[in-house]
Amino acid sequence: MAVFGFILRRSAQSLIAVIGLLVLVFFLSRLTGDPAYLYLPLDSSEAQRQAFSEANGFNDPIYVQFGRYLLGVANLDFGTALSRNRPAMEVALEAFPQTLKLAAIAMSLALTLAIVVGSLAAAKPDSLFDRLASTASLAGASAPDFWVAIVAILVFSVGLGLLPTSGTGTPLHWIMPIFVLTLRPFGLLVQVVRGTMISALASPYVKTARAKGVQRSRIIFRHALRNSLLPVITVAGDLAASLVNGAVVVESIFGWPGIGKLMIDAIIRRDFALIQATVLITAIAIFVLNILIDLLYARLDPRIRFQAK
Amino acid sequence: MTAPHLPAAHLLEVKDLTVDFLSLGGAFRATNGVSFHVDAGETLVILGESGSGKSVSASAIMGLIDTPPGEICSGTITYRGKNLDDCGVEERRDLNGKKIAMIFQDPLSHLNPVYPIGWQMAEVFSAHGVATGADARVRAIDILGRVGIPEPEKRIDQYPHQFSGGQRQRIMIGMAIALRPEVLIADEPTTALDVSVQAQILDLLKKLQAEDGLAIIMITHDLEVAASMADRVIVMNSGRIVEEGEARAVFENPQHSYTRTLINALPHDTAGGTGRRSTAEKGKPILEVKDLNKFYGLPGGFLARHAQLHAVKDLSFTVAKGETVGIVGESGSGKSTVARVLLRLNEVSSGEALFHGRDIFKMDAKELLMFRRKVQMVFQDPYSSMNPRMTIFDIVSEPWRIHKDILDKPRWRDRVVELLGLVGLKPEHADRYPHQFSGGQRQRIAIARALACEPELIVCDEAVSALDVSVQVQVIDLLAQLRDRLGLAYIFITHDLPIVRHFADRIIVMKSGAIVEHARTEDIFRNPQHAYTRQLMNATPRPKWETAQAAVSLPA
Repeated sequence: MAVFGFILRRSAQSLIAVIGLLVLVFFLSRLTGDPAYLYLPLDSSEAQRQAFSEANGFNDPIYVQFGRYLLGVANLDFGTALSRNRPAMEVALEAFPQTLKLAAIAMSLALTLAIVVGSLAAAKPDSLFDRLASTASLAGASAPDFWVAIVAILVFSVGLGLLPTSGTGTPLHWIMPIFVLTLRPFGLLVQVVRGTMISALASPYVKTARAKGVQRSRIIFRHALRNSLLPVITVAGDLAASLVNGAVVVESIFGWPGIGKLMIDAIIRRDFALIQATVLITAIAIFVLNILIDLLYARLDPRIRFQAK
Repeated sequence: MTAPHLPAAHLLEVKDLTVDFLSLGGAFRATNGVSFHVDAGETLVILGESGSGKSVSASAIMGLIDTPPGEICSGTITYRGKNLDDCGVEERRDLNGKKIAMIFQDPLSHLNPVYPIGWQMAEVFSAHGVATGADARVRAIDILGRVGIPEPEKRIDQYPHQFSGGQRQRIMIGMAIALRPEVLIADEPTTALDVSVQAQILDLLKKLQAEDGLAIIMITHDLEVAASMADRVIVMNSGRIVEEGEARAVFENPQHSYTRTLINALPHDTAGGTGRRSTAEKGKPILEVKDLNKFYGLPGGFLARHAQLHAVKDLSFTVAKGETVGIVGESGSGKSTVARVLLRLNEVSSGEALFHGRDIFKMDAKELLMFRRKVQMVFQDPYSSMNPRMTIFDIVSEPWRIHKDILDKPRWRDRVVELLGLVGLKPEHADRYPHQFSGGQRQRIAIARALACEPELIVCDEAVSALDVSVQVQVIDLLAQLRDRLGLAYIFITHDLPIVRHFADRIIVMKSGAIVEHARTEDIFRNPQHAYTRQLMNATPRPKWETAQAAVSLPA
């Protein structure tokens, strides 16, 4: 019951934020210029452009356009993607699962590896393994993903010819995008896991577990890790949200047909309806993610209750 | 390994234990050549103040000293004649919890917050391969019942934060005795608990000892707890054993000067005498509290109505110039709420408090500023109530930045030195930071800061509770001196009834937000009217040799 109320409350809060975001995106995208100049051939006449704008409603005052848009959204009509001549939401929903798959795999991989590497590093601070892990994670966290992506293409595709440079189709196509997307979250998470695990292992309840004669591995992976997960999940949540955004760069480089690439294309082509649709999808995904993280929090820490604020 | 020709080995023996801790400032010797032993069915108390090294040897027995930063320089620990250094890692681990168990101070932080207590208790059985699953659960329920947790079948699935402090310590004890170990090490097991709960926990330990023939090593700074539990005592100071012997002999006829200092510091047993009570005539009241009430809203459930906690009920009392009023109660009695409401740190629900005839609760911002200058507060934990990045000079002179009319800036330095002198600190201390001082010194700094405002009334909320006994007495002496010299009045809030005996003029005993007794100090101690007051006084642990005699003489 309390959980249900919590989800309801959070969804309502998110709805307000989504509406604010839509308003912002609607007006900002219209600052990028007149679509008539992009969609018609360069040698079109002024009259042709006028006719195009008139037909698509770009000549109406902006508040009329906005009203029309809101009315459409209320009826689940998100407009037509001019660049593809299809309903904008349909195009966005087609691309979204591609990004989601990539981000989910990268995030699970980063989180799992980081928990194992970070915990083992924390179990023996200043050991050789700890130093290697710290150096590697720092490098991973600092390397810019576009640079890693280009270098990876240069080495594995151009140089060694092992992997395809871009596109989709075979399992081999997944390797480089996932590697590039995993690297930064992995690096950051290792450092968070290591830090929280070191303090958890020094905590009084670990002392109790040692006095009870609990096995070392169990102390690390049951007692300390469970308590360390909260801050790790906070950071992981932020990183997951930024993965959806970071997909813009990686998807563009690897020609991945996800929502990030779609968004960039829509912006370049001044496809207002498509911009709005992609932003809406991404925003909803991030809000859902945040609610899930809050629920996970309460699941992990019995002291957290869904209190009315 | 066994040597049959030697006299029977002690159950557990520590010999010449020397432990260093390495820090940036170099090595610190925590214990120096410490030796002791314990046998089945007896209680050895290791007595010492903070920093005496009393916990270190226990940690060494359990193998809980991390190296680094710790270093065991020399010494042996033998259990049933077997040197623990010769054990393999696995053998040593199996000893912990099975043969030698330990309980700690502050059970809340020593229980894992994210697992139900049943999970944590069952772990004792599974870690030693005794039982798992449903079997372990049944055993855990059994033990919860044994250590006195009501309705163990229901409560086994609850989490540590859902229990009271006393119950948590019972759970810790339950985990420790689950496998019927032979040695139980108890490190300050009752320090964070109310006196009445403390008595229950000590009784539980004695009961378990009688039933299982446990050897108990009890580590404490509390002389009364020590006297009530000990068969033998060792007294530690600065990492060394300064005195050891049969409990009664040590307490009644201490040989070493340090032990004598400790025992004389006890405010409890010297009957009669006004001690540090003020002698001056009491003037007219400076503070009159009438029908004070405070409600706290509690978070309700979904759609449920918000409950209210009546934290303070119809409280009335007065404080005169130069007078000390003690407010005594256990945790949850509302005593600290009184202080917070009187200083308007929390809003009052109803009632009035007249300070020189003006109602505190109706003061505007300007009046309130003047009022807060005249009424200062000293908190339990001076460390967390001081900004760690400010020097002592900044801390003590801060009131003058707020109340600009007290003192001109050029004279600040001299006045800070003067105030530090007043509380027994040196001029050069002014340029140091809070972390460079001991607990007692920090409390002196807090008092100096309070005095900087030239107050008329100081509210002390558990101001000496966190300090060692010998330091407690020094701080109370200081407060008494300042009262006599400066004509201060105090409201002294504490959970420890005896501590106010020689200091307070009147005592208010609070329970569940209401006053149960309010009388002159001598009357309260000589002739307590209310059952709860008597319970508080009797809860102070009595020496074991006296209770043993009483038990013997009873059946006659």
